[in-house]
Amino acid sequence: MTQKLKVGIYWAASCGGCEIATLEIAENILKFIEVADLVLCPCIADFKYDDVRAYPDGYIDVCFFNGGIRNSEAKEIAELLRKKSKTLVAFGACANWGGIPALANLYTKDAMIERSYITTESNDNPQGTLPQTSYKMPEGELHLPKLFDSVHKLDDVVDVDYYVPGCPPVAKQIWSCIEAIAAGKLPPKGSVIGVGDKSVCDECPFEKKTEGVRISKFKRPHLEKPDLTKKAELNNKPQCLLEQGFVCMGSATRSGCEAQCLKANMPCRGCYGPAEGVEDQGAKIASAIGSLVDSQGNSERSAEIVAQIVDPVGTFYRFGMGNSMLRVKKL
Amino acid sequence: MTQNFEPKILGIFCNWCSYTGADLAGTSRMKYAPNMRIVRVMCSGRVDPQFILKAYKEGADGVLVAGCHPGDCHYIEGNFKTIGRMQILEKMLAQFGIEKERFRLEWISAAEGDRVMHVVNEMTTQVKKLGPLNWKEVSRSKDIGHCEEPKATKQSPLNK
Amino acid sequence: MTNPRIGVYVCHCGTNIAGKVKVTDVVEHAKKQPNVVLAKEYKFMCSEPGQAMIVEDIKKEKLDRIIVAACSPLMHEKTFRKALEKAGINKYLFQMANIREHCSWVHEDGAAATEKAKALVTGAIYRAQYVEALNDREAPMNPATLIVGGGIAGIQAALDIADSGRQVYLVEKEPSIGGHMAQFDKTFPTLDCAACILTPKMVSIGQHPNITLLSYSEVEKIDGYVGNFKVGVRMKARYVDPKKCNGCGDCWQKCPAWRVEKPKGDKKVVHNALTLGPTKAIYMPTLQSVPNVPVIDKKSCIYFKNGKCKICVKACQKDAINHEMTDVVMDIDVGNIIVTTGFKTFDVSKMPQYGYGKLPNVISSIEFERMNCSSGATGGQVLCQNGEAPKSIAILHCIGSRDKEHHEYCSRVCCMYALKFAHLVKEKTGAQVYDFYIDMRAAGKGYEEFYNRLLEEGVRFIRGKAASVTDYAVFPEEEGKLIVRCEDTLVGKVRRIPVDMVVLCSALEANADAPEFARLLKLCQGKEGWFTEKHPKLAPVSTASDGIYIAGCCQGPKDIPDTVAQASAAAAQVLTAIAKGKVQIEGVGAEIIEEKCTGCKICNDMCPYKAIEFDAVKHKSKVNDALCKACGTCVAACPCGAIKAKHFTDEQIMHEIEGVLYDAKL
Repeated sequence: MTQKLKVGIYWAASCGGCEIATLEIAENILKFIEVADLVLCPCIADFKYDDVRAYPDGYIDVCFFNGGIRNSEAKEIAELLRKKSKTLVAFGACANWGGIPALANLYTKDAMIERSYITTESNDNPQGTLPQTSYKMPEGELHLPKLFDSVHKLDDVVDVDYYVPGCPPVAKQIWSCIEAIAAGKLPPKGSVIGVGDKSVCDECPFEKKTEGVRISKFKRPHLEKPDLTKKAELNNKPQCLLEQGFVCMGSATRSGCEAQCLKANMPCRGCYGPAEGVEDQGAKIASAIGSLVDSQGNSERSAEIVAQIVDPVGTFYRFGMGNSMLRVKKL
Repeated sequence: MTQNFEPKILGIFCNWCSYTGADLAGTSRMKYAPNMRIVRVMCSGRVDPQFILKAYKEGADGVLVAGCHPGDCHYIEGNFKTIGRMQILEKMLAQFGIEKERFRLEWISAAEGDRVMHVVNEMTTQVKKLGPLNWKEVSRSKDIGHCEEPKATKQSPLNK
Repeated sequence: MTNPRIGVYVCHCGTNIAGKVKVTDVVEHAKKQPNVVLAKEYKFMCSEPGQAMIVEDIKKEKLDRIIVAACSPLMHEKTFRKALEKAGINKYLFQMANIREHCSWVHEDGAAATEKAKALVTGAIYRAQYVEALNDREAPMNPATLIVGGGIAGIQAALDIADSGRQVYLVEKEPSIGGHMAQFDKTFPTLDCAACILTPKMVSIGQHPNITLLSYSEVEKIDGYVGNFKVGVRMKARYVDPKKCNGCGDCWQKCPAWRVEKPKGDKKVVHNALTLGPTKAIYMPTLQSVPNVPVIDKKSCIYFKNGKCKICVKACQKDAINHEMTDVVMDIDVGNIIVTTGFKTFDVSKMPQYGYGKLPNVISSIEFERMNCSSGATGGQVLCQNGEAPKSIAILHCIGSRDKEHHEYCSRVCCMYALKFAHLVKEKTGAQVYDFYIDMRAAGKGYEEFYNRLLEEGVRFIRGKAASVTDYAVFPEEEGKLIVRCEDTLVGKVRRIPVDMVVLCSALEANADAPEFARLLKLCQGKEGWFTEKHPKLAPVSTASDGIYIAGCCQGPKDIPDTVAQASAAAAQVLTAIAKGKVQIEGVGAEIIEEKCTGCKICNDMCPYKAIEFDAVKHKSKVNDALCKACGTCVAACPCGAIKAKHFTDEQIMHEIEGVLYDAKL
């Protein structure tokens, strides 16, 4: 019998959703433990960093790294895991492009801390205590990780072998990746795996008309319901949500998620990232949506319609801020 | 420092109207500020917002997109699409903290050489007043010491 | 993949570039750029030796990318592409950096211009790394030609082309062809009769087997491209069937309604640019109308007002009149189009200081032309409104021309037609003629001689633009006269000259519908509204749109000989294109990468030419090459980068941007 794979799962600036998603492989987990040993997973078991440091270099066969690089700890561990892993996989939107936490790149670190610790309505912090990187205690000095100015993606700090996008990656894709790794059938280094080769529209239950549709009003999914009675001529599917005026990222987002959000009548949020070869997902969807605005060649008319798009940067770069061309706000 | 600052402005001009208009400014020997460099596209409808972001990332202090007047587009209504795209982009640029004077969409016909002169001079003055944008510095991380290029450009033969 | 081998050539363009840009610096800079094998400078790259140098280097150094930093690509891109083809490499592997129009000509500071030239060259070099060889396509050339506008220009071009055996469609929006020239009596400086030289040509048009005359018609729609235009022409209802009508005139003799009424009361003469004198509601546009078929003026026809009358129908023995006729839209296919839509005359009432429309006997030049014409209202006599011949006439030059308030340009023909007027007045009435001019512009064969002749005929030339015309008499001899006030710049005094009639030489200006028409045909208009030629000197009848040519006054004011010459030139261009038999269509255009296309259909609606089709079976979009015009709008719209703009790919443009900003990076 061949030796079992040594697998690590680590979380940096993330929510733990990636781990939960991994558990969604359900009964396959039994097959997983047949072929693999988990040598690191802070989410489900206590591992000390010193234990990892003690591993020989390249000890971990595959490390699934989720979460972005928000502080000095994440950077340090990313570097450590790179050394200790044969294959390092950026797992989930945050490790790929910073994810939701990277939206904080639109604010300064100080503004963010103030909001988190002082001005949030539910806070109770009358002394205005703020987190410090070091704190003297009678027992000695405590050190906490330093918060970075902005959120980075994993490959900003270390070399990454494979990318598995998604917020979180869907279970089916996770399992296909594990299978591929177990079988040693991996594409060239640097590839995005566990994805389709088209856009979300490929798996979408909605359909666009071919001609003459322009957007004259933008809608928000928590304020208005999509009209499912409108049907596209082509195949009698309900009419495309973008055409109905909902800002849907689907057309600019890589397929692989089985259009789960759309199947629940929610416009795509773009968590699988840009299509192959597209550099900036946000700019690309802005271009597509902008083209559909019913301007009729009139700037004022167009401006009124465009004004209805609330927070374009937050919407278009919901997951991709850390990989966008501009990446941060100029402050 | 800003006194000696000479902004770098990228112009993306449509072939039929604006580029020809800029040619006319040349043949008419109009004089304008040397700060703008024009890249030619066939129609302002070809202008992908990525081009503009790319320019800022590459160090441009301002970007001017110019096309035919609405209704006069060589391709009928390519520029109609430009309007919506650029308006969304303007909103995004504001969110990224880029001053509105640093981006401009202008309609310049083939006959408006004087308009090329006027717009370039005006924009150069405005951007000069704002000072350098210097996005490399804006996006440089003090924490990790560098900022990686996005993946897609990594294989560029120019980066070899 | 092997690295590209780039050759960079920087042109001095004599001193046009080298006088401002330090060419050597640019060359040295280029040498340091990636994959540049050689960089050279030369005095005139577009010259034969310049091009030969490129050809030789391509062969010797195995260059596969060529960059020429010189003038605008709109000027010489084609020239250099030919050189590449000659050397045996694909013409799309060429890139131009515009360091003349966009650099040396527009910047004062040499150092800054040099820096900018370096940046533009760097952009071209960066872009060139990614350019690809493309193949042109060929399409058949439809040998039929559309000519829009049936004035002398359109007539000349139509006859030239039709005589070579090719089909011509001549569209004229008025009921008859002939245009402005048909309204004139004499032509300068030879004083030959306009009708005598024009009418035979007009008749030929009507009879020519290769010419389909669509009078009283307008172009409504144009699709397609050079070689294969599809044109929609609206033939307006004239209410008279040209196939049945024999032009006998019974109808208008019986017609009880007037289109232009007979003069009443004191008014013995109506000064009107339109008329043949008083005309009925059903009328013949001119005496020499082609087609020789009347038309009903809907506004004055009684039947169209109250549904009764039809006297003309009863009068017509040929049963040719039909009030129920409707507009017909006809589709025609042509390979080339010549635009000869002419001009309109400046509305002289915009300059109230001359009293046009308020003072009797202040008339516009075109009204004066009509009056002189034997087919006009007065049968060719020069008469005041009271029916008497004037004893003195003032002719005022430059009304609307050479005037920053109206048109800055010189209308070119006014001096000469003013001289012609003066001569006609002298000949017909013997009246005293005062001619108010700024400069006498008589550049043309026999023109200066004509001026000298008029000096001898005793015309009083007053150098100075007339300031105003009034009927307010200050001196007794001014009573009942029109008084022209003017500074006589030769004498240095303000003068008041009483006359019986004032002729305002109105400027020529672009047609009111020129912008609309320009949009329809994708023509460019200059600041003054004239259609813009491809090159002011070397391509004066071509336009930026392949297969569309311009001739005559729609391009700018000109006289009849120049108009005719241009019309023949345009016809020659069209015949050259037809003789080639095929149209070369550039290899540029949009291409959908099938594997990447999801079928989201966002691009489908971007294309104004409907070149993108949706394949419902494959659930993918597809570009129809024949219809794609390479604007790239769909490419920018495609949210997943599945459309490639050949020769303007994202990669090429992004790297050009990187290149032109090479010095902006810190």
